[in-house]
Amino acid sequence: MPVSVEIPQEKYRGAVREVTLGAGPDRGGTRTRTVTVGGERTLPFLLFEGEMPHRPVVAVEIAERAPTGWSDLLAKAWSDVWEDPAAWAAKAEQVGADLLVMQVQDIGDRKLTAADLAARCKAVLEASGLPLLVIGPGAAERDNELLVAVADATAGERLALGLCEEDNYRTIVAAALANNHLVIASSPIDVNLAKQLNILIRDMNLPLDRVLMDPTTGTLGYGLEYTYSVMERLRLAALQGDEMTQQPMICLAGYESWRQKEARVGEDVPAEWGDWERRAVLWEAVTATSLLHSGADVVVLRHPESVRLVQAMITELMGG
Amino acid sequence: MALSGLAIYKLLPKTNCKECGYPTCLAFAMKLAAKQAELADCPHVSEEAKQALAESSAPPIRLVKIGEGDRALEVGNETVMFRHEKTFVHPPGLFVRLKDSTSLEELEQRARQVASYSVERVGLDLSLTGVAVEATSADAGRFAAAVEAAHRGAGGTPMVLIARDAEVLRAGAERAGSRPLLWGADQGNWQEVAAVAKAVGAPVVAVAEGDLSALAEVTRSLKEAGVEDIVLDPRPSGPREALRLFTGIRRLALRQNFRDLGYPILATVEGEPDPNLQAILAAQHIAKYGSVIILEEFDPAVAYILLTLRLNMYTDPQKPIQVSPGLYEIGTPQAESPLLVTTNFSLTYFSVSGEVEASGEPAWLLVADAEGLSVLTAWAAGKFDAETIAKAVKQFGAESKTAHRKIILPGFVASLSGELEDELPGWDVLVGPREAVDIPAYLRNWH
Repeated sequence: MPVSVEIPQEKYRGAVREVTLGAGPDRGGTRTRTVTVGGERTLPFLLFEGEMPHRPVVAVEIAERAPTGWSDLLAKAWSDVWEDPAAWAAKAEQVGADLLVMQVQDIGDRKLTAADLAARCKAVLEASGLPLLVIGPGAAERDNELLVAVADATAGERLALGLCEEDNYRTIVAAALANNHLVIASSPIDVNLAKQLNILIRDMNLPLDRVLMDPTTGTLGYGLEYTYSVMERLRLAALQGDEMTQQPMICLAGYESWRQKEARVGEDVPAEWGDWERRAVLWEAVTATSLLHSGADVVVLRHPESVRLVQAMITELMGG
Repeated sequence: MALSGLAIYKLLPKTNCKECGYPTCLAFAMKLAAKQAELADCPHVSEEAKQALAESSAPPIRLVKIGEGDRALEVGNETVMFRHEKTFVHPPGLFVRLKDSTSLEELEQRARQVASYSVERVGLDLSLTGVAVEATSADAGRFAAAVEAAHRGAGGTPMVLIARDAEVLRAGAERAGSRPLLWGADQGNWQEVAAVAKAVGAPVVAVAEGDLSALAEVTRSLKEAGVEDIVLDPRPSGPREALRLFTGIRRLALRQNFRDLGYPILATVEGEPDPNLQAILAAQHIAKYGSVIILEEFDPAVAYILLTLRLNMYTDPQKPIQVSPGLYEIGTPQAESPLLVTTNFSLTYFSVSGEVEASGEPAWLLVADAEGLSVLTAWAAGKFDAETIAKAVKQFGAESKTAHRKIILPGFVASLSGELEDELPGWDVLVGPREAVDIPAYLRNWH
């Protein structure tokens, strides 16, 4: 006797917050394109049971100067433009970026002044109409100094500034508040620490529709499973109505993948690791798509080919 | 899904005879539901009750074995939707598709290449599962010869045989070694395929294009024909449909105890023309409920990536993989050899020890007990601080094994230098590189 098999559907009462990056002239900025992420009412790509109003997006990482220590494969892709962040931004847009991430390198004796960095960010905003995210070098005092200058110089653009961490978020949040920007809240692979930081930021009166959450990315083979599960737990909590977990998530998949040996180097590695370029690109792309399946709304990538692959996969998962 | 105490009670004699050792049948039923008693303790239980209870205690997703011996694949018996709920237990098999239109010599050689591929990661040897051989025509003789050649090349590894025609499948199955997985039985040919499966003692793939109702009918028919070991292939049209169908099957099995779809899932990447997108889709299948995954090519880079991902996804989330804290010798270190310190997270240990070894410089590697966390995570959690490191130096005899009184800290915890110098009077604390990959260059300049 034929039976009709129905897939059981989950109905959630919560939803991820919608966050809009970038502002056009109507809202006090100069962006020709703004990007809204979040809004999900179901787990990633389960569109048969709930809404996912905005497709996840791909950000491409650039820097204020030619970076040091980047893999030769990345140099091959970008070295023609990476002395000039504006040219780099334009090329990143060409290869398929939805967003730009300026990751400040700030290396050794090549440090820029805060004013210089702000000028370079302005140049990027002139060269590309995409929304911009600016991430400081990761040392508290220097982050504060640089990000405040960038925030002031780009007031109204709805940049995202980061990384806000538990022991260093006040100055960055204040700079975002004062200049109509957003922040990236970063916590070390833990559901409760992520919630706590969102609470601290909310308590400074920054509206939560101006907060992206970075749960800290472990890459394939190097802690991916921890990030993957923490993100699944955060997303389930968000859908079940826990307000402090409802921020869209951003993952620095490119940075984390390219610092691992599998992606970075092609010599003195086991033959079983196979072709270097294919391995490196897929290391980054598989890291990113795995994180998309666990709830990422923004993945930040480095290699043009992984940008293409991840964009193609998002298109297929969203149904064209 | 187990029955409730009340549901079990309805199956019992309800005589309250106490011969089981409990005062009433209801009390006994409650103990059975809690798995604290055995049904055999009831001397009067009926045959129907025994069968119903055995059925209800079977796992919601059947464990299916493909192949025999050391390299046999066991898949199924999963109990959760998300790995954080408990853990994923039976890692999916990764097979590479070969076609019988290829020359026999090449088939044998390609099968050997797949079966002999092995890569080491965190002290484990990871391998692919085996090959899938597909019949491209209705020529039984050709398929049998192809399977035989592939089997010769693939040694004792499990095989998947793919043919629409049951007689072609039978010809292959007779040359394939033990328990090949037979693809596939659909609404049209299930009787013939079931007969082959029973004759050769092999598991069968039930196939229905995008339609779970039809798929459930095929499995029910197979089961009635006496085939117990079944794998499901709902043939999704793309990644999005795969996610919907596989999630649906897993939910039906786990949440509704829907027996007709309580089997492992077979997933392919055949509809995707771009080889890199095939690799990414295979990665999706590893994370999202695939148990038998068929790849369209053998490529070491892709194999290494998928095996690494499989290892990640099937790691027990409650137990980080750790190594024992201690003072490890790399090469044959002397009293003047460098001393590095790191944490006991196994990945950290293997990354660091691998690079120290690659440097060619014999060295001492002190592994502190950081509760199995990586350097940065342990540091953030206060498990890898100056006190912990100083304690490890003393506990594992670093002071007597080395003469130079210098210790190299991971670059990420450079901020611990001052405190560590306070904890270890007379020692120089040096700051090494942040990433393991930079250790060889660092050690070359150590002298």
